[in-house]
Amino acid sequence: MIEALDLLMSESLWAAVLRIATPLIFGVLGALLCERSGVLNLGIEGIMTMGAMTGWLTVYLGGDLWMGLVIAALAGALMGLLHAGLTVPLGLSQHVSGLGITLFASALAYYLYRLIVEVGETPPTIEPFRPYAVPVLSDIPVLGPVLFTQTAPTYLALVTVAVLAYVLARTPLGLAIRMTGENPHAVEAQGLNPNALRVGAVVAGSALMGLGGAFLTTAAFNSFFPEMVQGRGWICIALVVFASWQPGKALVGALLFAFFDAYQLRLQTVVEGVPYQLFLMAPYVLSIVALILVARRAEVPEALMAPYRRGER
Amino acid sequence: MTPVLELSHITKRFGPLVANEDVSLRLGQGEILALLGENGAGKTTLMNILFGHYEADEGEVRVFGETLPAGKPRAAIAAGVGMVHQHFTLAGNLSVLDNVMLGSERLSRIGSDRRAARKKLMAISERFGLPVDPDARVSKLSVGERQRVEILKALYRDARVLILDEPTAVLARPEAERLFETLRGMTQDGLSLIFISHKLHEVMAASDRVAVLRGGRMVAERATSETSSSELAELMVGRKVQRPVRQDHAIGAPVLQAERITIVEEGETRLEDISFTVNEGEILGIVGVSGNGQGALGALLSGLMAPTSGALRLNGADVGQLGPRGLIAAGAARVPEDRHAEGAVGEMTVWENAILERLRSAAFSRFGFVRRAEAKAHARELIQRFDVRGAGPDTRIRLLSGGNMQKLILGRCLATGPRFLLANQPTRGLDEGAIAAVHEELLAARAEGAAILLISEELEEAVQLSDRIQAIVKGRLSEPVAAGEADARRLGLMMAGVWDTQDAA
Amino acid sequence: MRLERRETVPLTLVATAPLAAVVAALVLAAGLIAAAGVNPLAAYGEMLRGAFGSRLSLTEMLTRATPLILTGLAAAVAFRARLWNIGGEGQFFMGALATAWIGHSLALPGLLGMAVLMICGMAAGALLLAGPAFLRLRFGVDEVVTTLLLNFIVILFVGLMIEGPLRDPLAFGWPQSVPVDSAYRLADLVPRTRLHMGLLVALAAAGVVWLVLTRTVFGVETRAAGLNARAAAFAGISLPRTIMGVALLSGALAGLAGAIEVMGVTGGVTTTMSPGFGYAGIVVAMLAALHPAGVVAAAVFVATVFVGADAMSRATGVPSFIADVIVALSLLTMLVALLFTTYRVRR
Repeated sequence: MIEALDLLMSESLWAAVLRIATPLIFGVLGALLCERSGVLNLGIEGIMTMGAMTGWLTVYLGGDLWMGLVIAALAGALMGLLHAGLTVPLGLSQHVSGLGITLFASALAYYLYRLIVEVGETPPTIEPFRPYAVPVLSDIPVLGPVLFTQTAPTYLALVTVAVLAYVLARTPLGLAIRMTGENPHAVEAQGLNPNALRVGAVVAGSALMGLGGAFLTTAAFNSFFPEMVQGRGWICIALVVFASWQPGKALVGALLFAFFDAYQLRLQTVVEGVPYQLFLMAPYVLSIVALILVARRAEVPEALMAPYRRGER
Repeated sequence: MTPVLELSHITKRFGPLVANEDVSLRLGQGEILALLGENGAGKTTLMNILFGHYEADEGEVRVFGETLPAGKPRAAIAAGVGMVHQHFTLAGNLSVLDNVMLGSERLSRIGSDRRAARKKLMAISERFGLPVDPDARVSKLSVGERQRVEILKALYRDARVLILDEPTAVLARPEAERLFETLRGMTQDGLSLIFISHKLHEVMAASDRVAVLRGGRMVAERATSETSSSELAELMVGRKVQRPVRQDHAIGAPVLQAERITIVEEGETRLEDISFTVNEGEILGIVGVSGNGQGALGALLSGLMAPTSGALRLNGADVGQLGPRGLIAAGAARVPEDRHAEGAVGEMTVWENAILERLRSAAFSRFGFVRRAEAKAHARELIQRFDVRGAGPDTRIRLLSGGNMQKLILGRCLATGPRFLLANQPTRGLDEGAIAAVHEELLAARAEGAAILLISEELEEAVQLSDRIQAIVKGRLSEPVAAGEADARRLGLMMAGVWDTQDAA
Repeated sequence: MRLERRETVPLTLVATAPLAAVVAALVLAAGLIAAAGVNPLAAYGEMLRGAFGSRLSLTEMLTRATPLILTGLAAAVAFRARLWNIGGEGQFFMGALATAWIGHSLALPGLLGMAVLMICGMAAGALLLAGPAFLRLRFGVDEVVTTLLLNFIVILFVGLMIEGPLRDPLAFGWPQSVPVDSAYRLADLVPRTRLHMGLLVALAAAGVVWLVLTRTVFGVETRAAGLNARAAAFAGISLPRTIMGVALLSGALAGLAGAIEVMGVTGGVTTTMSPGFGYAGIVVAMLAALHPAGVVAAAVFVATVFVGADAMSRATGVPSFIADVIVALSLLTMLVALLFTTYRVRR
């Protein structure tokens, strides 16, 4: 018991929280952007897998780490374009298309990985992002090691939260995207093209998801292997609801979630006699509980999952 | 006078259906033009072409002499055309200011200038006498206030020509009169207006000129001062359709009684302390402006909502908690408000829809299996008896025209010889011929002794069919008036909620 | 150009849509096979031979198709009622686990015992989906996310059970559950192959599902609820009851798939016993346009791809993940094909 509490005081736990949260932050922001425009993107799990593979592969083939992130974002955007193409102008079921994208993107990632990379006993590795200690700030006791000794993509994720929050709340583009998710007829009536806005939002959101995947292979780990996304995408979909479609709350949700995840990993080592699977279940159970707590209060974008065809009501 | 707006030779087809055929129209500076026509005459389609929601197959639109590119609302807005849609194009979860600002700034701007926007909105609001709270959430506004936001949206984009699609559909008579006063004021400010309507009295009262559409064609244009209601009525309908007339007969014992019913849903009072009685062989009309509790009343009498307090009695038995099937078993039948959304499952066949309500009754199922032969025979009988055209039992019901679908739904209700019939907006969206057929069936059911409750937003219909009339306002019901004593003025006042003073007087 | 709704859908179009979708998926995947330096036609030839070329390969393919028919039916039944059950994988495992656990120590005569075990598997799958269905009805929680997350929870739970209480002591440390009693193993359908009587059970299930969906009150009510929930409610159909009924049926079918796989093929449960039967079931259901008879055909197609791709991979060196690519692509192409059965393009 004492040990369990001691864990809470360790810097490494809190540093791990931000690290674990990073892919979730990218993922949840991506999903949030799609949904704010009115499109549910269940392709997230596969898009993150695709981002993880392409980001890693770029570095493995000699690109630098930042190039890896760019390629991962592009790969994500491409998958997002496919999802958007099927669900926006064609108005197909967002559920089924999203699941199809997830199946397709993961399968394609595995296939290309096997095709291009010689895999021996253990998967090949790359030199990943190293934690970067921000000058001065990282010397602050406690906060320094936790907040300011992270890898570059983690900082990028935090900046993205602020940027997305600003864009959605304070720019004409953000207003147009929000309105598209609420009532695309209103957007059309004001002379804007709701479907173009939706395609754009889904593509951009999917690029963020791709970045989230790439973090796994270029910062958290140093190799790619099947099933490595481990349902993080689905958890992000749950977090969007939990965050009531607000970027700020999404950050809080991702951090909260990462905290429990980091804590359960460490608890495993001090609590004996409990099967490790029970600890591993915790994040998924937690997501479901979070959904139950907020479901009734959630302010769902009104036009979420409603395809828009001109002239049809 | 040079026209500010000119439509020339517009033709628009949807597949085999011709919505507009060779329609030409001009609007002069400072003029109020009424576009009059029945449901389905092509009025809304024409205005949607003008605004760029649809592309015309032939013809062109000129605004201030310039030809508008087809299918581009943005171009129409830029040219100074504003449209106030019948179904408001607003986002309920966003603020008034958000709704108004949308699309007014370049999307590439880094930040919105909300302060300037607020100033401009307030200035317009003051100038045209349209008060509004820019920070209010649209979902919290009343229908009238929402319409104001719709108008402000157009004015904010500097509209010089304003198109209003059925602007009074959601307004009570006094509100509507106020709206037309405001609009008249706008013409003095240099605006020109077109409003779409199928109500003769407001066309006569508020317009300078009338254009009449029928079956997608422009059939007449008249200066309002040189025409009359009766001429316009004939032009609009095109042929003399005689609506059936209610015959006086003896009214029987009470069948359905609502005793002080209140319904509270999610903290909101939907119906407040309402009482009414419908007697055997009687039609009770409930009139009111859309959105005043008709939805909840319909749901109550359909078995979809239960009273929070008070009692609903059918032949003396409490039926408030029975649900749809229990209510039907107790002798009630229901015609829903929206036949597409509630009355029928479009992708299912006519026979399936015909028995959907009574699927679990012994007549149509045995041991959990559907008795298909009996069901189809029943559907065939309904088709014949109620003159449903263009369908067999195996036709998917969405292929039926509105009138025929309604006849089938009505037939489904009347086939069982119900003691009570709810007819909720039974003629909404139908043309004159179909309206007459529906009225005929309702009156026949009345003659056979059914107790009928008619909910209608069309005053004329309510007066023609009902023995007694009550008004519904904000979830409350007025005292009934006999049909003979109900003139347009009195009903108009009742629908505006001033029946208490009426009683006192 | 605009899409316009068709007045009627010709039957030929309904039948050709899945074929067109499959062909399109194979054409698209051909590019990826070519990228591996292999002639796509030759590769597809190998695939066909791998699935149909011999008695053994044919029976292997049908063995693989058996659980797919059931998970496909599970998805089809649910999707028809707009219940997004993506948890077929979890329900499959719960069915398998319940069957192995009870079947290990059950003492009933053979046939009766088999029936009891199948019912247990169905009950386990049904109960697992009842949870998300309840959460949707009671709290409005979207079942897509809950069923997806439950898949992960169930796999961990299976791991926990087969490393703990249900561990097979004779498996030499290999994480595997105790096996069902040999009295309850399903007999071979074709001698000396893995193909078992379970195939007949799956086919019978398809027949029963068809009967239920098209001929019963429950079937008509589900269809109405799925097509137009408001109209169904107006007609007095209880949506909660319908949703719950559909959830139980759907979960039971996926659970039955797990039960039969254990009784017919694996004997015990491992965490690797399913190559994604639950997820593939979604593709099967969509390719079948949610029709029970189509499910059988679509399951055979998907099984052909999976079994054939293994053989093709061995012969040509193309990574066997190509099977997943083809299956996923055919889901997407089918979605587009379905669009053209209900809409037509007009200029």
